[in-house]
Amino acid sequence: MSMTTTNDLIAERPAKHRFGGGDLIGLGVILALAVIGYFLFPNNLALLTRIIAIALLVLSLDLVTGYCGVATLGHAALFGAGAYAAGIVSAHYGINDPIAMLAFGIVAGAIAGLICGAVILRAHGLPQLVLSIALIHLFHEFANKASSWTGGSDGLSGIAPSALIGLYEFDLWGRTAYVFGVVLLVLVFFILRLIVRSPFGMLCRAIKEDPIRIRSMGASPKAALMKMYIISGAVAGVGGALNAISTQVVGLDSLSFTMSAESLVMLVLGGTGSLFGALTGTIVFMFFEDVVSAANPFHWLTMVGALLIAVVLFAPKGLFGTAAAFVARRREAK
Amino acid sequence: MQPIFEVRNLKRAFGGLAVTNDVSLSMAPGDRVALIGPNGAGKTTFVNLVTGNLVPDSGDVRLGGETVTGIDAIGRVRRGLVRSFQVTRLFLDMTPAEHVALAVLQRDGRSGRLFGNFLAMPDVMDEVGQLLGKLGLRDLMHRKVSEIAYGQQRLLEIAVALALKPKVLLLDEPAAGVPQSDTGRIEQALADLPADLAVLMIEHDMDLVFRFAKRVVVLAAGAIIFDGSPSDVTQDPRVREAYLGSYANASHAA
Ligand SMILES: Nc1ncnc2c1ncn2[C@@H]1O[C@H](COP(=O)(O)OP(=O)(O)O)[C@@H](O)[C@H]1O
Ligand SMILES: [Mg+2]
Repeated sequence: MSMTTTNDLIAERPAKHRFGGGDLIGLGVILALAVIGYFLFPNNLALLTRIIAIALLVLSLDLVTGYCGVATLGHAALFGAGAYAAGIVSAHYGINDPIAMLAFGIVAGAIAGLICGAVILRAHGLPQLVLSIALIHLFHEFANKASSWTGGSDGLSGIAPSALIGLYEFDLWGRTAYVFGVVLLVLVFFILRLIVRSPFGMLCRAIKEDPIRIRSMGASPKAALMKMYIISGAVAGVGGALNAISTQVVGLDSLSFTMSAESLVMLVLGGTGSLFGALTGTIVFMFFEDVVSAANPFHWLTMVGALLIAVVLFAPKGLFGTAAAFVARRREAK
Repeated sequence: MQPIFEVRNLKRAFGGLAVTNDVSLSMAPGDRVALIGPNGAGKTTFVNLVTGNLVPDSGDVRLGGETVTGIDAIGRVRRGLVRSFQVTRLFLDMTPAEHVALAVLQRDGRSGRLFGNFLAMPDVMDEVGQLLGKLGLRDLMHRKVSEIAYGQQRLLEIAVALALKPKVLLLDEPAAGVPQSDTGRIEQALADLPADLAVLMIEHDMDLVFRFAKRVVVLAAGAIIFDGSPSDVTQDPRVREAYLGSYANASHAA
């Protein structure tokens, strides 16, 4: 047997593991889409910002569902917690600095993640799903009842973010909010790329496949999943805070079962277990919801439904996952 | 020498059937023990009980002098008690390199790190390359486990256990399903283990047992019926009887 150096081993690693490439492409794609969106819908930047906020929710869901295999229909609880926290500190406590509001949103999201994780991770499969549904209804009801804080069903208003880093006012056209959103999305995306490829990310993928086996390697699946839930909460909190800052209202819908279910639909549509999949699913779904529904208000939901059935039956890896697998096969065939 | 691993009066029944019936056993550092016995004798159940994968009805397990009966499976692994599985349990979507790297990182308390990739960690990759090289899996290290042969998966199962650098290693039929041509690799890997590691191997390939073990324990119907040197085991009347009984009932014995 010949001596091998570490350099040989690193040189041998497959293309998909090389560093930089995927990150740069991801960055390029997000920025290109952001610029195209800006010029395509200059009068609808609010919609684009909302897509970004939802994309953050779907990315957050992907962390626990796609990477860890947790079944949940209550993930908007984390998003809503972030949105309400950012909104409440502004509307009730006069903390209007958007970065500070964001920080509150992140912390609240992480705490909601901790709470939801502690409950949901007690069960598996169907009971897990039921627990998640119960949780989102509890969160929703709590926000509804605590109306002196949340505005109840009227929604929370009076949110007045000051200028971003003291320089950029949140203008009527939503330009500042949009740029803020794009920057947040890029930052989160980059951090999540690091996390999913880190030792911890690898541990989570292993847990998803066989939690018992991972125990006999000395790792606690429960502890790892809790950690991922908290990270996921922080990410959803970013999305929620962005939504609160950009729209300056927070409604009960941000904490709803519908939103939770839709985020899962978006994730499945794009492809679970892939950050690009989460982004793809969000964009496609939101495109149908906002653009196609305007052109064809009667049939857009039918189209989304048909698309979803087609994806689940014929492209179970999702739109992005299937496309990526196709490209990889073409490349291998060469 | 002070035993590193000690089992006292371990009992477990399934629906009235005593599958582990008052088993006591101890091993010192450096021991090489083969645990044999007919199919259904309760060998795998014994491993499940001592590793904490199953809860015993009564009895104690001690590790390095500490009673670990009340400690869960994870805690026992962290104290150095590692097992391999008779039926391969691997992460099918992951690569051999990822398996071994995960074990190495977990062992060193680095599996929770949120940044960096093991492919760029020279110390981890050194160990991964060495271990997989020893088991003949280096060329497959970046393939998905679902794409490699079952025999190779068996070898990877052992690599994962070894990567955890155990103090006590329990191997449940490591050679089952490995082609004859590759069992040499297992033997070599076992021969290269640290001298102070205590190894208990369940195996039915008697050639392997005789080359590996300095002590043989025979389990039949949940109880230890022989504990002694390999040269005596085939002469022992109770062992012969146990195997004859099982030959009469089953097509092969282990
Ligand atoms: N979880 C279980 N429930 C019921 N019976 C079991 C269980 N696990 C093992 N057994 C029974 O215990 C006996 C011993 O099994 P096992 O320990 O796998 O034997 P061996 O590994 O020696 O072939 C078998 O009769 C088996 O059917
Ligand atoms: Mg067995």
